Amino acid sequence: MTDRYDPYDADRPLTMGCRCGRHASDAEHATAELQARCETSAFEAESNAFIEATLVKALFPQDAVRRRFLRAVGKGSAMAAIGSVLPVASLQAMAQEKGALEKKELKIGFIPITCATPLIMAHPLGFYSKQGLDVQVVKTAGWALIRDKMMNREYDATHFLSPMPVAISMGVGSNAVPMNVASIQNTNGQAITLHVKHKDKRDPKQWKGFKFAVPFEFSMHNFLLRYYVAEAGLDPDRDIQIRVVPPPEMVANLRAGNIDGYLGPDPFNQRAVFEEIGFLHLLTKDLWNGHPCCAFGTSTEFIQQNPNAFAALYRAVLTSSAMARKPENRELIAKVISPQAYLNQPETVVAQVLTGKFADGLGNIRTVPDRADFDPIPWQSMAVWMLTQMKRWGYVKGDVNYKQIAEKVFLLTDAKRTMKQLGQPVPEGAYPKFTVMGKVFDPEKPEPYLSGFAIKRS
Amino acid sequence: MTGVSLKLRAALLSALLLAVFVGAWQLATRPVAAAAGPALTPEQIEYQKMLGKDPTAASASTSSGFPTPAQFAATAAGHLARPFYDNGPNDKGIGLQLAYSLGRVGLGFGLAVLVAVPLGFLIGMSPLVHRALDPFIQVLKPISPLAWMPLALYTIKDSSVSGIFVIFICSVWPLLINTAFGVSGVRREWLNVARTLEVKPQRLAFEVILPAAAPTILTGMRISMGIAWLVIVAAEMLVGGTGIGYFVWNEWNNLSLTNVMFAIAVIGLVGMGLDQLFARAQKAVTYAE
Repeated sequence: MTDRYDPYDADRPLTMGCRCGRHASDAEHATAELQARCETSAFEAESNAFIEATLVKALFPQDAVRRRFLRAVGKGSAMAAIGSVLPVASLQAMAQEKGALEKKELKIGFIPITCATPLIMAHPLGFYSKQGLDVQVVKTAGWALIRDKMMNREYDATHFLSPMPVAISMGVGSNAVPMNVASIQNTNGQAITLHVKHKDKRDPKQWKGFKFAVPFEFSMHNFLLRYYVAEAGLDPDRDIQIRVVPPPEMVANLRAGNIDGYLGPDPFNQRAVFEEIGFLHLLTKDLWNGHPCCAFGTSTEFIQQNPNAFAALYRAVLTSSAMARKPENRELIAKVISPQAYLNQPETVVAQVLTGKFADGLGNIRTVPDRADFDPIPWQSMAVWMLTQMKRWGYVKGDVNYKQIAEKVFLLTDAKRTMKQLGQPVPEGAYPKFTVMGKVFDPEKPEPYLSGFAIKRS
Repeated sequence: MTGVSLKLRAALLSALLLAVFVGAWQLATRPVAAAAGPALTPEQIEYQKMLGKDPTAASASTSSGFPTPAQFAATAAGHLARPFYDNGPNDKGIGLQLAYSLGRVGLGFGLAVLVAVPLGFLIGMSPLVHRALDPFIQVLKPISPLAWMPLALYTIKDSSVSGIFVIFICSVWPLLINTAFGVSGVRREWLNVARTLEVKPQRLAFEVILPAAAPTILTGMRISMGIAWLVIVAAEMLVGGTGIGYFVWNEWNNLSLTNVMFAIAVIGLVGMGLDQLFARAQKAVTYAE
């Protein structure tokens, strides 16, 4: 059984199509390979090792003492000794233990973009069913519809733009319904794409009068594009035009000349290159390395009514994120999520986005391994930054209680707890500082940060 | 010249037009032989491959990107070969998608008939009701059905029911107006005869007015069905999930013109079929005075 999917078999090509002949398509073959990778003992051992490490750390709070102990008795006898006094195995089992699920059949919405990779791939790879959930991932036509279907309770959880739950919770742009960001789906992975006719206009100062598209008002895309042009001295409300266009329609609009460019999600930046109508002006990674983009979230009501189902969903998505973060998995993931049921894109386009080895539309092949990443931690300082930008451009008015909103919407503690359960490394802190276009953002001082901008509405 | 030969000549002309169209299409999309440029460096070859082209392949030709008739036929054959496959919520066969669309149209249209025909009767028979309702009908009629979508989504709180509602709202007006017009146009003499014979109101409605107004009502139905079929595609592109409109949207995402064209052809054929259905029914109820 397991040798059938052995990814370590030297005699079988791992990435180049289904040559083992056991699967109907490349995508199915890749699915099997990835499943095998996460079911290998290595993946589980990693999680068990983490639990054991936590226990040993509890026994020896000072690392120097642990090292002296190990050196004195040797690794083998130390393991046996600890194993005899501590129920390591049953603790490991307990970490995996789940409460009774209140709801098993769940509907999760997604927009067909690479940002949704962890949510999508968890479906074919069986991460949801492994948690006892019967999840349908439903492709959705646009962000407004995601918002409406989430507020209608048609979806139990969804792929959000990370500022959306903040806006919906505050009642900005809709009725106020408490929503939560359970985890960030992806970091980086966006780009500014310009029409090929603007190849010589690489300086944003030359963009006066340009028409740009962003996927939604409450999106990092909108905030980052505004930030970028404002740094170049252009007023995003007066000197350029910013339109809301659903991501899938961006390439068609660029081809038709309705827009000069967009700050949009992949694969549609790479798709414009593929179609030879656009080039990648810059990756958003170069504006803010590690910026959040999309989120996995749900309503506060759903979490309260279905705590165990939510926890199971959480575990599935975080497992998926951990898989997606590993560069060696990316090429296979591209095969799994490219077919019609998910992204419906040429595989080479998705692979270029995920692996970071891509054609830039100007005739060069660039290698940027961190072009897209899937760091799931919902830092509350990210929410504070979003709020400063929402206030900067007049989406919210008056005083904003930054930290209160950030802590209500971004479930950092829950994310950390679930990651710990899964044996994933958990970082410290809640409000790390970020550097956006060379300027340090201190989440403790949002107001001074805001008043430091030359171009703003408030 | 007899009627038969006219029919034959018309069919021949149609076939000729189709042949010209396909010929022009073939000509416009024929592959252009790639100009033998300077040899590409390995890096340039890799770059081309990333754009989905293989300059090293034997058939080194660039196409205009628009599908040729042969490519179109191959795609169509692929879809028609397995119309009812179901790979989960986001990937279904064309037959299933059509069934979803037809189901929505059927439901919305059926509801519209249930509401509009009795209401049209009332309006047609009572000048008072006619005058009272007329301003509302005149204001509501010209509203694009899709403009109702955000409101429907908000109030109904269910996207598939909202789709059905949009079909209902677009098909209700032609039906209502035609029914009222047909009912009010029933000849006075027939009503007078019925009244002289002391026919009960129910019998009057079903045995005199309904048959007399049936051709006009069916014209209303035919118009409504035409509009409903136009609107369902747009509504499904907005709401997504299932249906032929969703199929078009999904293939637009992928910029797959071949699939979009196939969907267009299917939409046209099904629309024609629906129209023919109502034309038949219309013929069946038409009477000579």
